[in-house]
Amino acid sequence: MLKQLLASVALAACATTAMAEVKVGLITTLSGGGAGLGIDTRDGFMLALEQAGRDDVEVVIEDDQQKPDVAVQLADRLIQSEKVDVLTGIVWSNLAMAVVPAATAQGLFYLSTNAAPAQLAGAGCNPNYFSVSYQNDNLHEAAGAYATKAGFANSFILAPNYPAGKDSLNGFKRFYEGELAGEIYTDLGQTDYAAEIAQIRASGADSVFFFLPGGMGISFLKQYADSGVDLPLIGPAFSFDQNILQAVGDAALGVKNTSSWSKDLDNAANAAFVTAYSEKYGRLPSLYSAQGYDTANLLLSAMDKAEVSDDEAFRAALMEADFDSVRGKFSFNASQHPVQDLYVREVVREGDILTNQIVDTAITDRGHAYEAECKM
Amino acid sequence: MTPLLIVEQVLNGLQSGIMLFLMAAGLTLIFGVMGLINLAHGSLFMVGAFAAAATAAATGSFLLGLGAALVAAACAGALVERLVIRRLYDRDHLDQVLATFALILIFSEGTRWIFGSFPLYLDIPPALSGPVTLPGGIQYPLYRLFLIGVGLVLAGALFWLIGRTRLGIRIRAGENDREMIAALGVDIARLYTLVFALGAALAGLAGALVGAIQSVQVGMGEPVLILAFVVIVIGGIGSITGALVGALLVGLTDTLGGIFLPRLFALVMDPAAATQTGAALSSMAIYMLMAAVLVWRPTGLFGART
Repeated sequence: MLKQLLASVALAACATTAMAEVKVGLITTLSGGGAGLGIDTRDGFMLALEQAGRDDVEVVIEDDQQKPDVAVQLADRLIQSEKVDVLTGIVWSNLAMAVVPAATAQGLFYLSTNAAPAQLAGAGCNPNYFSVSYQNDNLHEAAGAYATKAGFANSFILAPNYPAGKDSLNGFKRFYEGELAGEIYTDLGQTDYAAEIAQIRASGADSVFFFLPGGMGISFLKQYADSGVDLPLIGPAFSFDQNILQAVGDAALGVKNTSSWSKDLDNAANAAFVTAYSEKYGRLPSLYSAQGYDTANLLLSAMDKAEVSDDEAFRAALMEADFDSVRGKFSFNASQHPVQDLYVREVVREGDILTNQIVDTAITDRGHAYEAECKM
Repeated sequence: MTPLLIVEQVLNGLQSGIMLFLMAAGLTLIFGVMGLINLAHGSLFMVGAFAAAATAAATGSFLLGLGAALVAAACAGALVERLVIRRLYDRDHLDQVLATFALILIFSEGTRWIFGSFPLYLDIPPALSGPVTLPGGIQYPLYRLFLIGVGLVLAGALFWLIGRTRLGIRIRAGENDREMIAALGVDIARLYTLVFALGAALAGLAGALVGAIQSVQVGMGEPVLILAFVVIVIGGIGSITGALVGALLVGLTDTLGGIFLPRLFALVMDPAAATQTGAALSSMAIYMLMAAVLVWRPTGLFGART
């Protein structure tokens, strides 16, 4: 009897130690001009782990400096020396394209907290690649749908001249049914939009759609507000995220923007997340924080169901997406990208700070446009 | 295309050119007088913008912000010259480039350390905000007219300083023959610090002025730095006149190229392809201008003939 008991205790002990620790490599942008996005991603991700109180996840955090070559070196080091099981965290699509295909080819799981280029959603989809954020075109598609719904018939559209910029305008046009008053590509990193604003003024447009992430959007919004052109603006959430709204100031008030998440989204998981995040970090979460948080919770939910070493089982566990997303309903389609609702938000002032408030739903249960190209 | 649009774009080109001049003037002075390639000039632009944003946020006064930008950038410049640059005058350009590149990283991460990773808020003062109607019915932002005005006044002051004052004589003499003016009893070390601080102050002021209509964020100086280098190569290294002409040329080419090239291509190809080709070519336009100038005049428009 005693012997049996000892044996079962020993077995149980074995089982606990065999409950493999999952090692996560989080590569994101923590220095330079784009650091705010990476910091939010990291903070959201780490908050979820802290709340879960688990000690079977080890996270190695690295700074990619927003440079593809640095990201590739970091990924190689994390895979070869640190022997991580899962990679995550990359903000920028060009960095993701440099890292993700190589990492998944080596059998690692990659969970995207943000970047989800068309190439990885369609022909380049991979059983080990999951996008927890969206597909890159989604928020632009929502903007197009909203423009149509709002009755705009002559939009002027602009985006930077790089792959995500082209995806953006294509995404907008996919759901926009009106005419285009003009379509321009600006330089990536451009800081002065006087020439573009003059063209908007001369074009006779009835609305403007723009995708100018980060500092570009701040510059554009300030200059647009000062130009005296007062056509309604629509954009994806990137130019109106919590961490840059304060820098834009009142110039952003009333602007409609599209997002897969908002801090006032009405579900219990989101309310708890917003409170915990604000308390811990002393600032409101952004879309990047929310996506980091969801990614960590997805990972934890899969770890409860399967060993990371068992590829098939772990993949199936991830596919179930059995976690409380801060976006409310959340599921994966066959290409392992989210199916989710996309919202229209409006920039409002709450006390001293500028923030967003949901005013409408642009598209419900949106997957993505490249689903058919994914053969998996 | 209406004449109004063209006039508006010319004004935009002038405004961006005149701001570029403030950056390029300091860069070309420092290179002309000390023979130093200062990659960290863009960081001084950023220091000015951050100083202005922080001061304006604390005091609510844009004017005080501009003053703070001038002082902070000049001090940062003088400090950098005394601590780092002074040791590099006798080294070759590669060492200078390495050291000043290191300064960029130090300034960027230092700024991030002090002010955090998120962009700061700096807005146009209410008195200068909004558009005005110019003769002919053009609506144009008042603040951009203000920038053109301030830039022209500063350019005038700089020409007066270089051409009409004792300090200017020393600076010009320093460009021509460093050893000789040292032998004549001019305190060359002090002159260098002064020129460096002057260049830094101009960059800082440009940063603050432009920061009001752009994003005040870490790394904002580097794109401007590249343009400023293009300007001084076109204008001729060491020449203030060259910097002014070069800056206006670059500003106008950049702005006008962006709207006219796509339309030009639209005459011969379909609109979508024309937009793409035009956008691609217009972002190259200033570099093609630089190449053309260098073929025609290898030392730049106003560079010393060798």
